[in-house]
Amino acid sequence: MSQIYAWCAVLLIVLTSTAGDVLLSRAMKQVGHVGQLWRSRGLFVVIGRTLGNPSFLLGVAAMATAFYSLLFGLSWGDMSLVVPASASLTFVASAVAAKLFLHERVDRRRWLAAVLVAVGVVLLAG
Amino acid sequence: MSFRKYLVLAGVSLFSAVGDSLLARGMKETGSISLHDLSSIFLVVLHPGIALGIFFLFAFFACYLTALSWADLTYVLPATSLSYVLLTLVARFWLHEHVSLSRWLGVLLISLGVGFVTQGPALTHKARTAESHSSAEQVATEARQ
Repeated sequence: MSQIYAWCAVLLIVLTSTAGDVLLSRAMKQVGHVGQLWRSRGLFVVIGRTLGNPSFLLGVAAMATAFYSLLFGLSWGDMSLVVPASASLTFVASAVAAKLFLHERVDRRRWLAAVLVAVGVVLLAG
Repeated sequence: MSFRKYLVLAGVSLFSAVGDSLLARGMKETGSISLHDLSSIFLVVLHPGIALGIFFLFAFFACYLTALSWADLTYVLPATSLSYVLLTLVARFWLHEHVSLSRWLGVLLISLGVGFVTQGPALTHKARTAESHSSAEQVATEARQ
């Protein structure tokens, strides 16, 4: 039974952290190239644009939810299951989400990279 | 990709590895936080290791956002998973922990994944705003070179 709770926590962590990554990525594409913007308009414009971006705020909220889900997941389930499972599934889920929502061209090389990293993270926890 | 951009990606990996290990070490020193005494959550940031860890995680977040401003999410995430490799190397050569064969295999797979993704372009789609549009093209040209 506790296994089911643990996997529910994993699912919640994967969904919220993927949402957070996608939202942050979209926000920063809207803000624009940070290095160039910093040089041309100054650091405060970069910070102001970032903090004022709705996607950024939503993304941070999603990341915070993911963080608290992780804390709850750790109290429900085994750390050696929850941490690597959520970290590795997030790599694959964010590749799918980036293709769907950010329209990134996820070619074979990138799928391979996402899967290799995901398997590698599982092995590292072992 | 310019040298400066590789520095930002290295910053993401390095700062998250350092920040995480400082936090983990600091939390072990302070002991577990009880739900009945939540004030300890706020007091815990006074611990020098934890304060430093939080500082490094802020640096990580700044580098991460900077990288996302000129590269795809499917580029940044695998490229910065080198932090896992760094943590393993620190565990083996600095903390002298035993690292099993399967963990070395994990290090190898992650390194392969990073190698694969960094061979390709950093940005593959057109950005939406006019300002980032020109920079997106610039990044794509840089990546092709």
